[in-house]
Amino acid sequence: MNASRSSLNKVSLALLPVLIALLFTFLVLLIAGANPLAAYGNILAGAFESPRKLADVAVACVPLLLCSAGGLITYAAGLWNIGIEGQMIAGALATTWLINALPLPSYGLLPLSVVAGLVGGALWGLLAGVLRTFGQVNEIFAGLGLNFVAAALTNYLIFGPWKPPDGATMSGTDPFPQAAWMPTLPQARLSPVALILALAAIGAVYVLLRGTHWGLKLKAIGLNPQAARRLGADTTRNMLLAFAVCGALAGLAGSLQATAVYRRLIPQISGGYGYLSLLVILLSGSRAEWVPVVVFFFSVIQVGSPRLELRLQLDSSLGGILQASVALFFLLTRGLRERFGEKKG
Amino acid sequence: MTDSLAMVTIGSVIAASAPLVFASIGETLTERAGVVNLSLDGTILLTAMTGFAVAFSSGSLALGFLAAMAVGAVVAFIVAYGSIALGQNQTALGFVLTLLCADMSSFIGNPYVRKPGPSVPHMPIPGLVSIPFLGPVLFNQDAVVYLSYLVIIVSWLWVSRTQPGLRLRGVGERPEAAHARGVAVQRTRYLYTVLGGALVGLAGATYSLSVKLGWSHGHTTGIGWIALAIVIFGGWHPLRVAFGAYLFGALKSLGSLMQPAFPDVPTQVFQAAPFALMILALLLVSGDFTERLLFYLPPRGRRLFNALLRGTPPAALGKPFRPD
Amino acid sequence: MRVELCDIRKYFGPVRANDGISLRVESGTIHGLLGENGAGKTTLMKILSGYQPYDAGEILLDGSPMRFTSPAEAIQAGIGMLHQDPMDFPPLSVLDNFLLGRGKGLGQRRREGRKKLEELCQRFGFGLDPDAPVSSLTVGERQQLELVRLLSLGVRVIILDEPTTGISAPQKELLFGTLRALAQEGLAVIFVSHKLDEVEALCSRVTVLRQGKVAGEVAAPFSSDQLVQMMFNQRLKPSRRTDVPLGEVVLDLQDASVRTYRLNVEHMSLQVRSGEVIGLAGLEGSGQRLMMLACAGLERLAAGRLLIAGQDMTHEPYRRFLEAGVAFVPAARLEEGLIPGLNLSEHVALVSGTGGFFVHWKDAEARAQKMIADFNIVGHPGMLVQELSGGNQQRALLALLPEGLRLLILEHPTRGLDLESTRWIWNKLLQRRERGTAILFTSTDLEELIEYSDRIIVFSGGVMSAPVDAKRITVEELGFMIGGQRL
Repeated sequence: MNASRSSLNKVSLALLPVLIALLFTFLVLLIAGANPLAAYGNILAGAFESPRKLADVAVACVPLLLCSAGGLITYAAGLWNIGIEGQMIAGALATTWLINALPLPSYGLLPLSVVAGLVGGALWGLLAGVLRTFGQVNEIFAGLGLNFVAAALTNYLIFGPWKPPDGATMSGTDPFPQAAWMPTLPQARLSPVALILALAAIGAVYVLLRGTHWGLKLKAIGLNPQAARRLGADTTRNMLLAFAVCGALAGLAGSLQATAVYRRLIPQISGGYGYLSLLVILLSGSRAEWVPVVVFFFSVIQVGSPRLELRLQLDSSLGGILQASVALFFLLTRGLRERFGEKKG
Repeated sequence: MTDSLAMVTIGSVIAASAPLVFASIGETLTERAGVVNLSLDGTILLTAMTGFAVAFSSGSLALGFLAAMAVGAVVAFIVAYGSIALGQNQTALGFVLTLLCADMSSFIGNPYVRKPGPSVPHMPIPGLVSIPFLGPVLFNQDAVVYLSYLVIIVSWLWVSRTQPGLRLRGVGERPEAAHARGVAVQRTRYLYTVLGGALVGLAGATYSLSVKLGWSHGHTTGIGWIALAIVIFGGWHPLRVAFGAYLFGALKSLGSLMQPAFPDVPTQVFQAAPFALMILALLLVSGDFTERLLFYLPPRGRRLFNALLRGTPPAALGKPFRPD
Repeated sequence: MRVELCDIRKYFGPVRANDGISLRVESGTIHGLLGENGAGKTTLMKILSGYQPYDAGEILLDGSPMRFTSPAEAIQAGIGMLHQDPMDFPPLSVLDNFLLGRGKGLGQRRREGRKKLEELCQRFGFGLDPDAPVSSLTVGERQQLELVRLLSLGVRVIILDEPTTGISAPQKELLFGTLRALAQEGLAVIFVSHKLDEVEALCSRVTVLRQGKVAGEVAAPFSSDQLVQMMFNQRLKPSRRTDVPLGEVVLDLQDASVRTYRLNVEHMSLQVRSGEVIGLAGLEGSGQRLMMLACAGLERLAAGRLLIAGQDMTHEPYRRFLEAGVAFVPAARLEEGLIPGLNLSEHVALVSGTGGFFVHWKDAEARAQKMIADFNIVGHPGMLVQELSGGNQQRALLALLPEGLRLLILEHPTRGLDLESTRWIWNKLLQRRERGTAILFTSTDLEELIEYSDRIIVFSGGVMSAPVDAKRITVEELGFMIGGQRL
């Protein structure tokens, strides 16, 4: 009886921030002069109304899973890798460059594009890492600055050297040649390969952080870098490695967005998934086993929100409000529980 | 460039930098108390939207500014309460809020996009305007710019010359010792965080009602992050921070001035430039290798370099304080 | 002002930190409070000075009961406490520190404050520069500042908590002279310490605490034996140290220099043999820590050479030093030594690995269990290190050290530990020494240095003295060396 009560307790505690967030968004919608229930209904409909839409939810899960998996690694080491958004872009850029550079059709173009994504993201991540470890620039600013630089670089390439022969537009580059298209399910944008890679990534990170020496070293560095160094965990080396691995996973996400979803390079190739993954990490209490749940929840919102613009003339940023407010209330309710719950018991 | 053109340019740089001045000085005060308000960029977006929307709907500029300041204060209060009373990580709270406020600004501000709205009227100060060279530059501005001068001077005097300012510094450096001397540490942290937030709100409203009129998605183009970096660049001293704000403002204006002169250089370079510069500025101020450079400077130069460019954060920045 | 503590009780859960303590201190006296670590002295004084609320009992000042809820209130009532680590603000100037928190109102009243500061410093012979940052002051000078500040606020009772840790001999004499002068003026001085000789020299009465209770109270003249009997309920046992034949040169510093922003230590030359114990003496910030960090590979040499067992390690990275059998144990146990948030098994896995990429948790746990048994650590493998007591943390730090070290460098290994723990730790260290490890350690306890070292080196202002034979020097001579080399 007690065991089931405590697990019921846990579930209800997890749902509390969601409920409060829904309430909060309810109020925001009222302020904006919209019908809250209609808005919620539209978001759900947007995500679940057809098999194709369900597949879209899975599509959104891919970059979110990959970035969250990577972000968990840097978070374990005590780093706020906000640059994950730019690392995604870098992977997409590297992939696009590769596809443009290799003569087609090329056997193994797709595996190579994956490698390009990993390498591009890893390098961009290392850049932030180097600024942090050798330049003492806080990784928040290094990451953020590099995000803006990466976005500007993308725009430059899309409107400049990589623009379509007919003229540059906001739709991005010309579509990739078919050989560079990651195969997807019929009538859906979901690539099984991408999904498998994403799930494998989060699984691998789970094992990495729990059961390997490298994961333990990262944890030690995150908790007390000075003592960790003295005890033999080289802070610089391990942090740089963490940046590289996280960047690689983010780069892979960017690359897959380019080859599986959009099949071209678009200005918003990273789509805010990098920033969103940081929210996922916070909400999952930096536990890898909770990440898929949170990712699914966020992806539903991601896919459902654009419908608001179509049907209700509401800006789709309402989805972002939902996601961020869940994270906010998660932090606040956890704080309330920690500080005041112990007294009431 | 003629004299008067130079004066107009410098004057417009001063006007365009006012939001940065408000935001970075506000954050300086907050960080001096030991709190980091990472929600700065989102708050500026939200308060820029609020200021414009309220001024647009009510027709009153004053109301717009007040509403923006109130919103800024509320967001800052959430950061303060969440970290001080609830013990959550300041960086996490700030980051979540920055995303939330940004999205809220887009959503609630949607109907106001690209609508023409009120702007702060030009108010040259008679008499002072006639001062040679300084007059047209400093005193041919609007009311908020004059307010920015006041904020710089008052914050500097407050922090360095008053007893409450001394207590503020104590709280940020070593809260246990401040507590031992009877300073209300938590109350001080709340106070300066909310005050800083109000100043950030002022920055946002200034942006949409004086600098870049109106509202659009992502209207303030990341100046919140630049303000956070300027606090570090300015070594947490109000005067140096203000200098940093004007410097960045000047570099940004220089960018848009130079654009027509270099048509081949893509606009994106100028878009990305402030952020690349931000990284470079932080490297200069925080990097170890610049410390090694110090060895090659004569003692006078070393002291000057240190005073101008190096700075250490308040020792208790971001660390929670729990009196037993 | 007369202070009376009546039947003070303070419990931390099941732990009875203060279990019915009554104490009376007359004005115009210096009253000693003796006891080993954990006896309850600090808790009691924190209660008296307003830092700690108490569960039962009464505080009387000149006969009237008082209750304070904060240190500031206690100061207003006239009670001030000088902490071991003074509660000051390192980046701010001496004058700023003096002024902070003083009076209501907007102005700082700098001129007034400066005058008052200079007056008080002159009166007691303190040489403080009002504009220097407190971070540039020695521990002794920071104490002087805090003392002067408390006096200027009108305190009539001064509590000093272990004030002589880390100050020079001349500063100690100055402090003692100041305290005697203050007592003559009618203040009540409470001197908390675990150092018998100082208490015997300074105090007119001594109260000894043991395990949260008053073990006894005596008036001067005191006998060390009697005091020790009260503190430990046993007699002092003299230590016995066996002589160990020295082996090959393990550490060889050749005209080495370390340069940092704050301090340069130049021209260090030293040869340490296996089985040798070298004690490093000197005021904090004189260069000992830098020298130890350099020998451990945690700080780069700016000039000269460093050899470990004949191998040139001058430019090698830290991990090579670890491989060469060098280990460094810092003084700040939780800040630099251990990782709060990880438990003992995780520390074991982190330090010695369990073979391969994956962690074998069962193996780590078993080894942690063995470590706990071998080192008498009060705890279990799943316990987070921050939950261990200070003494147990030190044991854990030692236990995590690999076997067969060539060179073991320890920073203040017994700081803050009671006599029993100190002896136990030295026992373990001497065991390593017998197996050939060379030991380099710092201490502010001159008796500890003389008792355990083969040779002693004194650091002063970044200058390393020639090694001195520990058997041929007295505590006084050592004290003079440490203080006397300052210009």
